Amino acid sequence: MSKSTLSTEFRKVDVDELDEEAYRDEPESSGAQESAGDQVASRTEEVKRLTQNGNNTEALKVVLEDPPVSCKDKAVKEQNFNLVLDVLTRFRAADVEKAVGSLNCSQVDTLMKYVYRGFASPTENSCGILLVWHEKALAAGGLGCIVRTLTDRKSV
Amino acid sequence: MPEVNELVTGAISCHCWNGDRTKFAMCPNNNEVHIYTKKGGKWEVEHILKEHGQRVTGMDWSTKSNSLVTCGADRNAYVWVFNGKEWKPSLVILRINRAATFVKWSPLENKFAVGSGARVVSICYFEEENDWWVSKHIKKPLRSTVLSVDWHPNNYLIAVGTSDFKARVFSAYVKEIESKPEATCWGKKMTFGSCMAEFYSGGGGWVHDVSFSPSGNKLAYVGHDSSITVVNQTNDKVATVKHSYLPYLACQFLTESSIVAAGYDCYPVLWSHDDNDQLTYINKLDQSEKKASGQLSAMEKFRGLDKRASAGQSDTSLECTHQNAIVQICLYSGSKESATGFSTIGVDGRLVVWSCKSLETSIAGLRFT
Repeated sequence: MSKSTLSTEFRKVDVDELDEEAYRDEPESSGAQESAGDQVASRTEEVKRLTQNGNNTEALKVVLEDPPVSCKDKAVKEQNFNLVLDVLTRFRAADVEKAVGSLNCSQVDTLMKYVYRGFASPTENSCGILLVWHEKALAAGGLGCIVRTLTDRKSV
Repeated sequence: MPEVNELVTGAISCHCWNGDRTKFAMCPNNNEVHIYTKKGGKWEVEHILKEHGQRVTGMDWSTKSNSLVTCGADRNAYVWVFNGKEWKPSLVILRINRAATFVKWSPLENKFAVGSGARVVSICYFEEENDWWVSKHIKKPLRSTVLSVDWHPNNYLIAVGTSDFKARVFSAYVKEIESKPEATCWGKKMTFGSCMAEFYSGGGGWVHDVSFSPSGNKLAYVGHDSSITVVNQTNDKVATVKHSYLPYLACQFLTESSIVAAGYDCYPVLWSHDDNDQLTYINKLDQSEKKASGQLSAMEKFRGLDKRASAGQSDTSLECTHQNAIVQICLYSGSKESATGFSTIGVDGRLVVWSCKSLETSIAGLRFT
């Protein structure tokens, strides 16, 4: 038998990528990517300032505004996620409801996306407060909010 | 009270009514088409049509010529004609290489549109000289499975909802059988297959259903990202609402400003799109209540606690008329401008006929404007 019959490399070929009829998301403009990185950096500054002043609600609004969803760079998304998680864990359980009440619809959707992202990488401190955030965001956004977290192509 | 008909134990894939609503056809989630007629006040199966090789995914009954068109996952469509005794099928060559998903007769019933998983809409018309149905394809720029099709009242334009998250309006002007169309608010140039408009609500949800308003100037579509959108083409305003309920699978204009939608929440709801292009949720259209449970004895309470960790009675039925997701809405009575009734089918095997009048009386303050 010739040696090549033992090769199983063909199993590693991703046939879905080679399929011409496969659906591909529309490419985003590259200009958005560079600015997303800067945006996150400047946001970190502002959030630090607000949380040091004790203004957690404002910090929450800033950090949920315009998330880097179109950005291809995973590091930027990771950075923004850490920032969001930082702000979320600063809240006491009793204050969460009021904070959610001050958000508008799209901010509640973004919040829910980050809550689920937080569930994906649980830590000692985050789980408890994330569950409270989930409960209050669900009360505000309803099941539609969770459905949008699951179906949106642009992930945080 | 809505008229509830529990037809089968499984799901119903699709249904349609004949012109005078004395018969309806449905598919019980297999390759058969069941035609029901009313015998002695009850709906009974009159004919079973078995020609499709796989699941029947769509059907529509033409009111004038009384022909039934069905399409299935076997990539075929058949036009059935009743010869007094039985239904005779004639195959329509769709030339698609994936399952058909949806079919609808045009308003003048001289052509029908078939959506398919082949990312193509087949517009079929009857060619007299060869005595068969021919199809023409609308391909670009559809990028994924066609989930729903609706015809504009002018018989030339169609709206297409696809799983590439967009709703589009195409021209289906077949020059072989009809004269040139006049310009509408959707555009002037109507060569076959040209995309007149494209809408994307920015979410990422498949567009499950599309519906033109009675005048054809508005288009409503519902997406899997729990959104409902109404486009007013006369002033280019798009009103999108990302609601807080489970996604809708079907939507239908009842009047120029009322839309009924239904889906995974298992009950139909009413939305209103007024003259200021505001889309608002009006009301849930299902007021049925759970049957009142009797008094529980102490023994039953503790048994319940032990088994199910709840002191109440074990009750798995929903509080609404349908017991599972609603899959399709069909206009039942009234004119196109002002529907007075609609029917819904669900995954629970029920066909429910809703009357707007009785809904208005049973729900305080509800008006179908």
